[in-house]
Formats: sequence, C-alpha cells, structure tokens
Amino acid sequence: MNTQSYTTLIMTGLVLALSAGSAVAGAAEDQGLAIAQEIKLRDEGWIDMTASMNMVLRNKNGQESVREIRMKVLEVANDGDKSLSIFDRPKDVKGTAFLSFSHTSGADDQWLYLPALKRVKRIASRNKSGPFMGSEFSFEDLSSFEIGKYNYKFIKEEACSIGRCFVVEQYPTDKNSGYTKRIVWVDKAEYRMLKTEFYDRKNSLLKTLTTENHQQYKDKFWRPSLIKMVNHQSKKSTDLTYNQYTFGNGLSDSDFNQNTLKRAR
Amino acid sequence: MKKIACIALGTGLLMQAAWADQIFFEASGKVSTEATFYAHAGQFSQQDARTNLSLSLEPEFYWDWNDQQDSVTFKPFFRKDQRDSARTHVDIRELNWVHLSDHWELRTGVGRVFWGVTEFQNIVDVINQKDSVEGLGKQHKLGQPMVNLSLVKDWGIVDFYLLPGFREPTYTGINGRLRAGLVVDDTTTTYQARDNARNLDLAARWSHSFDVYDLGAHWYKGTNRTPEYTAVSNNGNLVLSAHYAIMQQVGLDVQATVDNWLWKGEAIYQVNPLANYWASQLGAEYTFYGIQQTATDLGWLFEYGQDQRGETATSVMQNDIGIGARLDLNDVQSTSMLAGAIYDLDFETSSFSLSGSRRIGENQKASVEARVFSTENSNDPAAIFAQDDYIKFTLDSFF
Repeated sequence: MNTQSYTTLIMTGLVLALSAGSAVAGAAEDQGLAIAQEIKLRDEGWIDMTASMNMVLRNKNGQESVREIRMKVLEVANDGDKSLSIFDRPKDVKGTAFLSFSHTSGADDQWLYLPALKRVKRIASRNKSGPFMGSEFSFEDLSSFEIGKYNYKFIKEEACSIGRCFVVEQYPTDKNSGYTKRIVWVDKAEYRMLKTEFYDRKNSLLKTLTTENHQQYKDKFWRPSLIKMVNHQSKKSTDLTYNQYTFGNGLSDSDFNQNTLKRAR
Repeated sequence: MKKIACIALGTGLLMQAAWADQIFFEASGKVSTEATFYAHAGQFSQQDARTNLSLSLEPEFYWDWNDQQDSVTFKPFFRKDQRDSARTHVDIRELNWVHLSDHWELRTGVGRVFWGVTEFQNIVDVINQKDSVEGLGKQHKLGQPMVNLSLVKDWGIVDFYLLPGFREPTYTGINGRLRAGLVVDDTTTTYQARDNARNLDLAARWSHSFDVYDLGAHWYKGTNRTPEYTAVSNNGNLVLSAHYAIMQQVGLDVQATVDNWLWKGEAIYQVNPLANYWASQLGAEYTFYGIQQTATDLGWLFEYGQDQRGETATSVMQNDIGIGARLDLNDVQSTSMLAGAIYDLDFETSSFSLSGSRRIGENQKASVEARVFSTENSNDPAAIFAQDDYIKFTLDSFF
C-alpha cells in the first residue's frame, strides 16, 4: 500500500469519525488536520493554471483604487507552487513582475523585476505579513495553501452559506506570520474554504475573507470568482475578482526563471 | 544612428513576414514634467540660473506574434530642456526583436541591460553608456546596439553579447548644472580602438540562483564606457576632450538573502592602458517590517566602495562609505522615501541625497529628489558640484 492511499484511508476514517461526532483526547487536532489534508488532496493534480486578477481597493470613505495582475502558476510535487505575476495597473507599475518559488517549509524565494531599471531584485520573503500592493491582502493571504503552514484544531460543524461547514482553527507555524490564528469555514460537500477570519498578533479579529461564485474546472478543481476581504479595524476592504482561469496550459519549470521574469507581458 | 536605422529596417522586414499571423499591439508610455531649484548660482560662468524646467516623453510600442515567440519593443525617448540645449535630446532606449525558443532566447537591436546587486553604485554594470544629462542617478542609461543570446541551463543562465557600436555619453552643455568648469566638446573625442566608435565589443555573463544565493560572473572586452578627460584648445576655446580606451574586465556579483538581511557584494578586476586594478562594493541591507504595528517597512543600508587606483579612480566611491535609509509605507499610493549619505574617506567630503515618490490618483506619480554637496576640497573630483545643491520635483503622467 503506497503512502498516499494509506493517508487517504486514515483521513477518510478520521472524516467519518468526525462526521459521526465522536470525540477522543487530541481528536480535535487530528480532525482539523484531516480536513486540511482533504482540502489539499481534492486540489491536487491541476498541474498549471493561468488567471487574471482584478482588485478593487476601498478606503473607509469608499474611495476606490484598481489593481490588475495576470498570473501563471505551476504546481510543484512535494513543495510549494511556482508563480509569475505581471502587473498591468496602476500604470506606473505596468511591466513590473514578481517571481515566487514557495516552499512548504522555510522561506519562499522571491524576485521582483523593475522594468524602468531593467533590474531583477531578489527580495526578502520575510515581509509576508505586509500588504500586497496597498490592498487588504497580505502576501501570506495570497500564497498557496500548504499543510505544513499551520497547526489545526477542529471546533464544530454548523450551517453556512452553502449547506453545512466544518469550522477549523488554523495556527500559523511560521513565526513571521502576521496572525495568531485563522478560523476557517470549510463546506462539507466539496471542501471549499468559504470564509476565513484572521486574528492579529494581539489575538483580536482583524479581517474577514469570504469567497463567492465558485466554479468547478476540469471536473475537479473549485475556484471562487470573487474574494472579499474586509478589515474590521481600518474599515478598508478589497474585492478580488478572478477572470479567465485556464488549467493545463503546458507550463513547465522553464516558464519560471529570471529570463521569463524580465520579458513577462 | 545609421546602425540603429538598419536594425529598425531589419525588424520592420521581419514584421512584414509575420504579417499574416495574428499580431498583438500595445502602446503605453509616460510624459514627465520636471522643475529644479538650485540653492545657489553655479560656480562656473553661464550657470547663473537657479531654476530649470524640463519636459520628457517616453512612449513604448510593443508587438508580438507567433504565439509570443517573437516580439518587438520600441521605446524612444525625447527631452526638451529650458536652459541646456545639450540636455534637449533624443535617444532610442529600446528597439529590440526578441525571439524565443525552449531553452534560449535571442535579443537583437538596441537595449539596456542591468548587472549588479548593490545600491550606491554598480561597478559590474558595464554594458550601457550613461545618459549623463538626465541626472546623477545610475538609472539614466542610453540604449546600446547589441545581439544578445541567452541560454537557460540547469546550472544557470548564460548570456553572450555582441556590441557593435559604442555610444558616447551625453555631455552637459554650457548652460547646464552639475558639470565641470569646462564643457566636453564631442568633436575632440578620441579612441584607442582603430575603428573608433565602430569597434565590436564583447561580453559574457553567467548568473544563477540557488538556496539563498544569487550569483553572477562576467567578462567584458571592448571600449571602456568611462573616459579619461584632458583639457584641450579647440578653435581658441578651452574644452574637455574625452578619450575612450580599450579595457578588459572580469567581475563577480553576489547577494545572500537571509531573513531580514540582504548581503551584497560586487568586485571587478580591470586591465586598461593606464592601470590594472581591483575594485569592490560591499554592503548589507537590514529591513524592519511592519514597524510600530503599521504596514511601514524601514530598511537600513550600509555599503563600502573601494578602488585600488585610490584618488585617481574614476569611480564614484573609491574609498567611500555609503549609509542609507529606505521607508516604504506600503499604502495605496505606494509612498516611499530613500535617504542616503556618502562619505569620502580620502577627500573627507560628503554628499547627501533624499528621494521620494507617491502615486496620485490612478495614472500619475509625483517624485522629489534633493542633493546637498559638502565637497569643499578642491582635490575631490566632486568639488565641481559644490554650488549645485538642488531639489527637483517631477510629475509623471502615464498613458
């Protein structure tokens, strides 16, 4: 029996156990982990993806500012994804591009291309709690979901916007995370993360993220078209709309290096 | 310029051949208005004006076809200056046909290349000539005619450059600031190369990233972008004459990115008719992220530049310490500021700079740049700037 099917078996067992409402010592942690593993498992095998992102930033007076980004992402077996993001708006950063090799453990590798200087700059990935382009999303909010990034605790099961949800607390394992915990609502039917609450370093509620208009691609992968992030402390918000998801574009490692970063369009 | 026209024509013909395919076209660019205020009248004749206005236009035209395997970028640059007729100039920043294959790409035309990792100066950055009239910043470069073959290997990226045709830097005119007492007369320019500016220069670079390291190594042989100046008489006027020698250089650049630290180093060994010498630029950058529970990042920079030629060196930092602070608010307007100071240990002089920028609305950006020179040592080449303390405001409008 290979490791994967063994894991699947254990997890199925755990999921069954938790649906049955059984509770043993330490079981809440195991249940939380099992749900995370199922989320990951159901999203494996997409290979590569391209999409366009449109962000509308709103301050507390409702003033808006727009960001447009296109991205290419490559799934990497047993590690984090590789991604290339190209900025189209605002116009002063047009042509700026961002290359990231994320890792399941340890710091990500990140490079920024500045077209006016023709310069590729390796940047510290230590700033993961910092805002992405002035939005309410931090870099870590936009990075791929990896099992090792959190410790887990299953809290309860309750009704949510689409049927019933598992409510799971996730505690970041990285000391550089901007959060003490996230509370995630995962729908029981398809294991989509529908809502996430972020708690800051003082453990007060900072932000709420909700995902809407989920669509299934390749008969397997669910993706939201709209992600809303509301900051309860600053009263600012960001709406992130994804357009033109395409999977299986034949991307490979050779599409993610400093040459492709420099000529990204 | 004839060569550039040939390349333009060549790329034009290529476009014709591909006309049947679907061609993607995009135009963008920026217009910049610049106002400069000087603290004093200049120390040389015809430098009395203490204000200057200037306007520049930099459009960019881009075409691609063949499923993006082929593309052409054309980026001309135009400047009109109120006082300095030499600063009113035109350049082709980029006119490049790029052809892609799976593991190599070929870039043919006119382009700009950046090599290096440090902030105060980049001694390994040798491909492009300076567009000196644009300002003291190292980012102002003229387009360089080139054929660049780039190979992508598992063990790094290898670039080969053929550089047909040398570009003289732009020289500040008699009414311009930030120049020497004598102006450079480009009709008196001399070269070591037998075919003068038509010498074919060569370069190669290997670069690679692994773990926390980014490494680069290069070799260059050809006309030195930095000239030696001598005062000569031309039609009874005393002017500066530039001489461009042939040089050969090898160099290394390294960055290690470890948590909040960026460790940076550049080093070169150059052989030219006047000297064989080592030079290096070493430093570090430490950033405090999210200071005082805000989104603001504060970074500290420290660099030391050394040149074996000592006081006769042509580099900016021959035995100099540079200290800087970078502030990024990470707000919607991308407000950022950079303050820097350079202290020259040989001449005991210093200079200070402050720059900042902020987006206005969706399509504009306002910038400010100020420099103060404390260079009251006539032995320091930078003493020519002693009266040139300035503050410059720039408004960029993007389209």
